[in-house]
Amino acid sequence: MRYSAAALLRNAIGGQRHWRPAWRFPRPRTRYDVVIVGGGGHGLATAYYLAKRHGIRDVAVIDKGPIGLGNTGRNTTVVRSNYLLDPSAALYEHALKLWEGLSQELNFNLMFSQRGVVALAFTRHELTEMERRVGALKLNGIDSEMLTLDELRRRVPLLNLSRELRYPVLGAMVQPRGGNARHDALAWGYARAADALGVDIIQSCPVSAIRVERGRAVGVETAQGCIEAGRVAVVAAGHVTTLMETAGVHLPIQSYPLQAMVSEPLKPMLDTVIMSGLVHCYVSQSDKGELVLGAARDSYVSYAQRGSAHINAATIAALLELFPVLSRVRLLRQWAGIVDVTPDLSPIIGPTEVRELYVNCGWGTGGFKATPGSGWVFAHTIATGAAHALNAPFGLERFARGALIDESAAAGVSH
Amino acid sequence: MSTAQSRRLPQGGRIDRTRSLRFSFDGAAMTGHPGDTLASALLANGVDIVGRSFKRHRPRGIFSAGAEEPNAWVSLEHGAHAIPCAAATQVELYDGLIARSLNCWPNASFDLGGVLDRFAALMPAGFYYKTFMWPARAWGRYEHIIRHAAGLARAPLAPDLERYERRFDHCDVLVIGAGPAGLAAAAAATRAGARILLVEERAALGGSLLDLDAAIDARSGLDWTAERTAVLESCARARILTRASAVGYHDHNLVSILERVQDHVAPGSRMRTLPRQRLWHVRARRVVLATGSFERPLLFANNDTPGVMLAHAAATYAERYAVRAGRRAVLFTDNDSGYRAAAALQAAGIEIVAAVDRRPATSDGINAALEARVPILRASAVVAVRGGRKVRAALVAPLDASGERLAGAARSFDCDLVCVAGGWNPAVHLFSQSGGKLRFEPAIQAYVPAQSAQQERSAGACAGTFSLLDGIAQGEAAGSQAAFECGHGSGPVSPPPAAPRRSSNPAPVRELPSLARSARKNIFVDILNDVSAADLALASHEGYGAPELAKRYTTAGMGVDQGRTGNINALAVLATAQGLVLEQLPTTTFRPPYVPIAFGAMAGRDIGALYEPLRRTPISDWHEAHAALMEPVGAWRRPACYPRAAESFAAAVRRECIAARNAVTLCDVSTLGKLDIHGPDAVRLLDMLYTNDFSTLKPGRARYGLMLKDDGMVFDDGTTSRLGADRYFMTTTSGHADAVADWIEEWLQCEWPRWRVFAVPVTTQWAGILVSGPRARVLLERLETSFDLARERCPFMSIHQGSIEGAPARLLRVSFTGELAYELYVPARYGLGLWQRLMDRGSDLGIEPIGTEALHVLRAEKGFFVVGHDADATVSARDLGAEWLISRTKSDFIGKHSLSRPELKRSGRLQFVGLESDDPGIVVAEGSPIVAASGATSRQHGPAAAIGRVTSSYSSPTLGRSIALAMVSDGLARLGEAVSVIDRGTPRAARLCSPRFYDPEGSRLHG
Amino acid sequence: MLLIPCPHCGERNEIEFACGGQAHLERPGPQADATRWARYLYYRANPNGTQRERWFHAAGCRRWFNVERDTASHEIRTAYPMGEAPAP
Repeated sequence: MRYSAAALLRNAIGGQRHWRPAWRFPRPRTRYDVVIVGGGGHGLATAYYLAKRHGIRDVAVIDKGPIGLGNTGRNTTVVRSNYLLDPSAALYEHALKLWEGLSQELNFNLMFSQRGVVALAFTRHELTEMERRVGALKLNGIDSEMLTLDELRRRVPLLNLSRELRYPVLGAMVQPRGGNARHDALAWGYARAADALGVDIIQSCPVSAIRVERGRAVGVETAQGCIEAGRVAVVAAGHVTTLMETAGVHLPIQSYPLQAMVSEPLKPMLDTVIMSGLVHCYVSQSDKGELVLGAARDSYVSYAQRGSAHINAATIAALLELFPVLSRVRLLRQWAGIVDVTPDLSPIIGPTEVRELYVNCGWGTGGFKATPGSGWVFAHTIATGAAHALNAPFGLERFARGALIDESAAAGVSH
Repeated sequence: MSTAQSRRLPQGGRIDRTRSLRFSFDGAAMTGHPGDTLASALLANGVDIVGRSFKRHRPRGIFSAGAEEPNAWVSLEHGAHAIPCAAATQVELYDGLIARSLNCWPNASFDLGGVLDRFAALMPAGFYYKTFMWPARAWGRYEHIIRHAAGLARAPLAPDLERYERRFDHCDVLVIGAGPAGLAAAAAATRAGARILLVEERAALGGSLLDLDAAIDARSGLDWTAERTAVLESCARARILTRASAVGYHDHNLVSILERVQDHVAPGSRMRTLPRQRLWHVRARRVVLATGSFERPLLFANNDTPGVMLAHAAATYAERYAVRAGRRAVLFTDNDSGYRAAAALQAAGIEIVAAVDRRPATSDGINAALEARVPILRASAVVAVRGGRKVRAALVAPLDASGERLAGAARSFDCDLVCVAGGWNPAVHLFSQSGGKLRFEPAIQAYVPAQSAQQERSAGACAGTFSLLDGIAQGEAAGSQAAFECGHGSGPVSPPPAAPRRSSNPAPVRELPSLARSARKNIFVDILNDVSAADLALASHEGYGAPELAKRYTTAGMGVDQGRTGNINALAVLATAQGLVLEQLPTTTFRPPYVPIAFGAMAGRDIGALYEPLRRTPISDWHEAHAALMEPVGAWRRPACYPRAAESFAAAVRRECIAARNAVTLCDVSTLGKLDIHGPDAVRLLDMLYTNDFSTLKPGRARYGLMLKDDGMVFDDGTTSRLGADRYFMTTTSGHADAVADWIEEWLQCEWPRWRVFAVPVTTQWAGILVSGPRARVLLERLETSFDLARERCPFMSIHQGSIEGAPARLLRVSFTGELAYELYVPARYGLGLWQRLMDRGSDLGIEPIGTEALHVLRAEKGFFVVGHDADATVSARDLGAEWLISRTKSDFIGKHSLSRPELKRSGRLQFVGLESDDPGIVVAEGSPIVAASGATSRQHGPAAAIGRVTSSYSSPTLGRSIALAMVSDGLARLGEAVSVIDRGTPRAARLCSPRFYDPEGSRLHG
Repeated sequence: MLLIPCPHCGERNEIEFACGGQAHLERPGPQADATRWARYLYYRANPNGTQRERWFHAAGCRRWFNVERDTASHEIRTAYPMGEAPAP
């Protein structure tokens, strides 16, 4: 059933009796052409584009729990494409273009809100780096502007622009097309659309191992038995290293806790997404009114989905530097996800040394925004057996070559 | 609305009737007494409607008497003391308190938003995912409306003037909760000899005994409490913290506790010396959780109507606060505890119209006296209440034998209060936060702690032990066992009772039958967020039946109350919808904090000037006194330049550069990283750290060196001088001073632990002054020094130890400006004196202090790169044109292996070059991209491929034109090539050149 | 915030320390081949369970030492000075 205002009206009159389940709960078949391990946004998007763009519908997405409850349901929902390095900018911009119109394409309101993403600069060095970034983005055809302090004040009236701060704000840049979205909806929208195209979404079915025969992936071992597969694609953030090791593939990934939190719901007070590097904090306001805050990641490897309290305290201190009036607003809830971090903080998307085994991982702290683009290029890679131009630079082999895509190293450090 | 405390009972209550406190709610003046909460005072004053619900703006009344409150959210005070959102049940009343209702306009009683309730059918669970998509570009407008409809409180507009503190502490046994079980645990652990900390959320100890007194060992529970309290207060090993909520249970038994130090005091009377709140981080060897339990509501149509209240809360208002929440009450219960509440209500003169019990046969827990006076309707349920703004009647229908269907017509009972007693949920939040696993206990129909992850134990109601005496016994056992594990006492005398030994015989938690299917949209499971049984059933039907998905789809449990009253009922409704029983659903986890914490309390003192401690050099005072423009450099602030009155930044920098080229200048370089490196393996260390060779460096000589990380990328640079046989003095960049010191330490301790060498950071031990300019030698010769400054005895790249103006000093003959230059290092306490002396002695030489910007211009004229500015961490030594710095003879140095990787040798890499714009008056913006001249483009021409970027760009006073440094693809092979710089959108013609713009032969630096 | 048992100072809060990642790394000599070198630069153990890692008591004794920690429960089993093997 198509979602529409008319459907809402019909159900309002009909006592909500006409709604159909958003997806099936199928029993897994014994074999699929493609088995995708991981039912988060990236895995579901991959299945959707495999079915939609490549006509491959004999696809199963398998998750250890209900869909979308890993990092897809734990992040701070920022969407932007203002990356400095060309390969990153191209990949994230592709994703952003897909975001624009995705609610309509999936017939599911993702509440994608292009309210702008504003990054703050506190030193002349950071300002210079912003000029560099804006210059590079414009050459890549990506929207981006420097903001004067007056423009910044107009956009973010509650921001503290006093010169007396420990680190006074010197300037800012904005990507107007950036913004935020409803994270759960992204998983649900892709799941519903993929299911409608025939993809089997197998929930609460942990995958314990990848089956490899003669250097070729042939299936996965699950809690519901072995499922054979022509191709196996692993998109299981937080568990990818352990799972890939069952196929003998080692990944340059470390898994860390990343914490996020929300305040009590407030009436609208912040109409844009704020990213702040030196005074480290990022914050936006959800449509429900909560301030959504991202912390820095913890320093140790962990699978516990819990982090250390002082990391959050530092984030809040930074928030109060920027918005002192929030001192009496309260933190409502905090949580952590497991982020997979590569040496260059860029993802790994592509084939592996095991034939018919593909991996999409290492999105670190920035995977949510990329979800549509990630699924799109990964579907292409699985369907054709080779990387698309957009994800070719993001292959696993780049580490041996030394061809890293290191956004933060390139952004420079203050001197 | 009455203002005369019309619902205050004539006597009774644990309030101080001798004093009256004035307060206002939504502008109406009211009074209460010390001992009241805002909620009890509102009830006493006859306020039924305290707020409006989140989505449908339905009128809501006070529902509970504690932290589980879903409805009574208010804002307090105004201006700097404004509190956007607080639960009235947790606000202690003080004189002059100002409270306002939330999410309504103009007020809670009459709210225009209430019209939304008429459209409830159009707003089922997740309706916003299904609409607002057409036309696509209109989403911004829809969103605007949605955002303004959502939200609860308003952010304050004035900055917070109060202080917050953070405190670290530790103890043997931390007891959380000072109800009967907690008090027993604390007393037992103290008796055993442990150091304990007892934490209580409320102002006084006693927990549930403060609400409803009960006999313990043949005396009043309050007396029992007073006795225990006195024992604890007289013992130095025991500390008691009241008005303190344990909010987070972190790793390794670290518990965060929010102490509300002054929230109960009127803003005008608060002590300026005390913080408003204090966040404790207590590391405990053992923790005893005695956090009590929350009563569950029961589900029926319009169960959110003001006048529907938790039974225990209604009884508490009657007994503790002497407030009558109604005159005629219907009790709806599914367990024995409801009858105890009813007895308390009766004792306060509230008529119990009917006691409706879901269970077919009631057990022996019923108060016999009550049974004699009240009609008890067994195997029956309240199916709805009538009355929109206040309960007028309850509809009661009989249940069939299964309890799942109605077995007859409903009867109406006139009443103004419906007390719901749906059993008790142990407060397992902290246990769950600690990582412990829960299990469902059918005997009490609730989740209880099952498997610990940390060093804690639960006692009393939070462990599912609802009997008072059993809870006390369990508390005692837990306290003595915890103390024993810390090495005190001999452990518990008798083993703790198995919990739960006796329960209140609850009926299974489930959704109850309703009169009509359509009524389900008004059966509220999450009252605050307006999530109904119909919403949860729809979520389940649509595929969102897993508890975590249902929560996200319907927002059940996501409100400010964190779903304390609703979560188990929500699970029950989901289970029913899926044909399951509650225990078949996965257990939920609880996320911190237990109660919301003000951001101010989390940040503590780490804001404002203390956000990050400011590092100052010995000369910082002088800079500030001389109007220097200070800017952040790492944790320091350094002068960018010293503008004179009305002088622009550019003019000041220009003046300073001219002085440096023609006279003499001082620059404070105390921030440069400095290390003393000594030991027999010092040179071995240096040869690993730097790309170039240090084994050939002779005593008294200095050498420039480049450091890579092991991936071959540039990390830092600086000079190292040889002071003696095994003694070296290293300088690093200011920004990397700490990083380099830590990095060397890591190599020495982890990779080369046997090397006999120390690298001691001495950055702040030495003040550093750069004396630079053609008259530098003349200036220094005017000072009292032990140095022979003659050119041949103090040559370029030499170091000398001696004294200057009576201070021990190191003199380093290096040059970053391209002029004759000396870096003088004296112990920090001499820095300011030496600086002033130099300024005095140089006054007739045209001496100027210069800032970092002039220094940058001067070095750019010389073509020196700055690590972190021109070279980022993607640049290799070779990319900088520093091939000459890479030793060919050393078998190894950090980064050497990586330099042979194909990526670092490929063509097309960015290389360090100079750049001159064709128009010498144009200073292009730093960071500007560079494109091939033929591909010159502006935005109108669309994207073009960048071949590099400008890294430094200045107007050079020396050369009388603009100069720039750049990183350009294959730049070293392209010198002389015309390019185009996209300068903030405008293409500028330019030419690549050698970066050595000034004195390329380097003749001037010899002086 | 973890409680870290520094072998030299005793138990201290995590805020005094810096985590240096996997312990017992071996830096290959100059002759190592490209694969070995890439492994050394970029590949680290990432177990869901017991991990040996090194920590730096930055705001304390400034010594590096090793810790055996469970990455799933955060339990620290043992800490031992640099250059020693963990207790079995």
